[in-house]
Amino acid sequence: MPATLDIQPNIADADGFYEALIDLHRDLTPAESRLVNAKLILLLANHIGDRAVLRDAMARARDGVGADANH
Amino acid sequence: MADADFRTLRLAYVRSADQSAATPARHPVVIVGAGPVGLALAIDLAQRGVRALVLDDDDKLSAGSRAICFAKRTLEICDRLGVGDRLVAKGVSWKVGKVYFQDELVYAFDLLPDGGHRRPAFINLQQYYFEGYLYERAAALPGLELRWKNRVVAVEPHEDGVALTVETPDGPYPIEADYVVACDGSKSSVRAALGREIRGQVFRDRFLIADVRMKADFPAERWFWFDPPFHRNQSVLLHMQPDNVWRIDFQLGWDADPDEEKKPERVVPRVKALLGEDAQFEFEWISVYTFACQRMDRFLHDRVIFAGDSAHGVSPFGARGANSGIQDADNLGWKLALVIEGKAPATLLASYAAEREAAADENIVHSTRSTDFITPKSEMSRSFRDAVLKLAKEHPFARRLVNSGRLSVPAMLVASPLNTPDRDSFAGPMIPGAPIADAPVRVGRREDWFLGYTVDRFTTVHFSAGGVPAPEVVAGLSSLAGAAIPVAAVVVVQQGADRRVEWPGAPSADAGTGAGVTVLEDAEGLLADRFDAHDGTTYLIRPDQHVCARWRSFDPASIRAAVARATCNA
Repeated sequence: MPATLDIQPNIADADGFYEALIDLHRDLTPAESRLVNAKLILLLANHIGDRAVLRDAMARARDGVGADANH
Repeated sequence: MADADFRTLRLAYVRSADQSAATPARHPVVIVGAGPVGLALAIDLAQRGVRALVLDDDDKLSAGSRAICFAKRTLEICDRLGVGDRLVAKGVSWKVGKVYFQDELVYAFDLLPDGGHRRPAFINLQQYYFEGYLYERAAALPGLELRWKNRVVAVEPHEDGVALTVETPDGPYPIEADYVVACDGSKSSVRAALGREIRGQVFRDRFLIADVRMKADFPAERWFWFDPPFHRNQSVLLHMQPDNVWRIDFQLGWDADPDEEKKPERVVPRVKALLGEDAQFEFEWISVYTFACQRMDRFLHDRVIFAGDSAHGVSPFGARGANSGIQDADNLGWKLALVIEGKAPATLLASYAAEREAAADENIVHSTRSTDFITPKSEMSRSFRDAVLKLAKEHPFARRLVNSGRLSVPAMLVASPLNTPDRDSFAGPMIPGAPIADAPVRVGRREDWFLGYTVDRFTTVHFSAGGVPAPEVVAGLSSLAGAAIPVAAVVVVQQGADRRVEWPGAPSADAGTGAGVTVLEDAEGLLADRFDAHDGTTYLIRPDQHVCARWRSFDPASIRAAVARATCNA
C-alpha cells in the first residue's frame, strides 16, 4: 500500500514541539528565518522521501492560500 | 599536423557550375549552415556514399570560443566521423566539477567515476577547433561539396522536392533538393523563409563571457561559484581550455547594459576580483549573452528538416546546445541515407523528428531547472537555493539538489517506435533506446574499444560464454550481412575464452574476423556487466549506437523483424 500523509496526531508532547519550533527562530531576521525554514523543509522532505506523501503535504500547505485558493 | 589558425581562416567563394546551369541543378541533400551540426551531418552522409552539398552564408568558421564543452557522446560520434582523436588530443579532458557557495567548497562531483571507456566525460575545446577539424575532414571527403558565401534567400517546398534560391557575390541562382536540412543556427534563415516559429521562454538574465589567455595552475575541472565574495549575489563559472585560455562566465543580472559590460575596462576589474590584483592576462573573446529555452513545434516539415540550434535552444549551463545538435546529426544521417537510397520509406524521417523533439524537451526541462536554481525568481526561491547550498557540505542528500547545470548526457530514446519492446527479462541500463556503453575489448592480438565495432550500420552483438559459438549461429550471423539493409555481426566471447576462429573461410586466428563475423574478447568482463549479458544474449544496435532490440537467445528471424521495424519497413 502506498504511504499516505499522516494527519492524525503523531508528535509526543505537541506543546513542547511547538515551543521548540518558535524558539528555533528567536532573534532571527525575516530573511534568516526564511532560510532556516527552507533548510528544515529540505531536511524533513528528504527524510520522508515518498513523492506521493510530499505532493499531498504540498497541496495541503497551499490549500486556501494565494490567488488560486482552490489549489 | 599543426593546426591552421581557424579564427582567421578565410574560405574562398568559388563560382560553381550550378550558377551557369540552364535548368536548376538537383541535389539529393542540401545542408544549410556549415557549423558543427551541418558539417557533422555532411560528413556522415558522405561516408555513407550520399552526396551532400553544404551552403554557408559566410566565409569563415566560428570567430569566438563559443561552445567549449564537448561531451563523451559527441566524442564517440566524432570517432565515427573521423575526428575523435584530433579532438581529444587537442582538448582538455575533464570529469570533475566543484561547487562553491560564498567562500567555501560545498562539494565536488565526478561525471565518469568508473573506468573502461575510450572517451572522457568531457573535453573543453574552443568551437573554432571543433569546426576546423570537422571542416578539414569534410573538405577531404569525395561527394561532399562546401560552398561559402552562398546565402539561401528563398525556400519553396514542392511535392517531390524543395526549390532554393541562393544569393552569391555573382548574384542569385536556383537549385533543387530532394531534402533540405536547416543547420543554420538560432536565427535560421530557412525557418524564417518558411514562416515557421521557434517558441519558448526567454530568461531575464544576462551573462558575461570573458575568455582570457594566461598562465594559471588551476586544475582541469569545472568550478562554479554561487554568490562568491568576488562577485556578490551572482554566479561565476571557471573552465580550462587549450592554449592557456580560460573561460570565465559572470552572471550579471537582467539590468546590466550589454554594450557597457563588454568594454574591457569594465571586464578587467571583474577578472582581477577573481584572479587577484596582480594577475597577468589578455582577452581572447568577450561576449554578453542572454538565452531562451525554446524549440520548434515540429522538426520535420515535409522535405525540410531542422537540426541543432535552428530547431531548439537551451541555456549554456548543461552544455546541451552543440552536444544535442551533434546527436541530431547522428540520429538523422543514417535515416536520411536509407530513405535516399530507397531502402526505407520517407516515414522513417518522422522518427528523427519524434526522437529529437523528445530529446529537446528533456534538454529544455534540465536547462530550465538549472536556470531556476542559478537565477532564483523570488525571495523564497532564493532561500531554498541558499538552504540547499548550506546543507550540501554536510548532507549528501542536498548535493543531489544543487544544480549548476545538469551536464549533457545522450538522450534515451525509450519511447521510440523504432524500438522492439523486450520480450525477455533484462536488468541494467541498456534498455531499448539507450545509447550503448563502451568497454575495452581484445580483437586478434590488439587492445581496442567496443564502440568502434558498432559503427555506421545495424550491428548484431552476440555474447558467447565459451569460445566461438556453434556453426549454425555463425552461419546465421553471416547471413544477416547479406540482407538489403546489411547487419554487421560481432561475437563477444567471455574474458579469457578461447578465441580461435574455427569456421570455414576464416582468416588467421589472430585477425579476429572471419566470414563477416568479428570476434571480440570482453577484455575486462565489463561488456557482459554493462549489457547484463549471459551466454546467448543478443543485441541489435542501431547505426547511431542506440539499442534497437535484445533477446536472451539468437534468432535471425527476430533480428530481421527488428531491423524492419527500425527502418519503417515492417
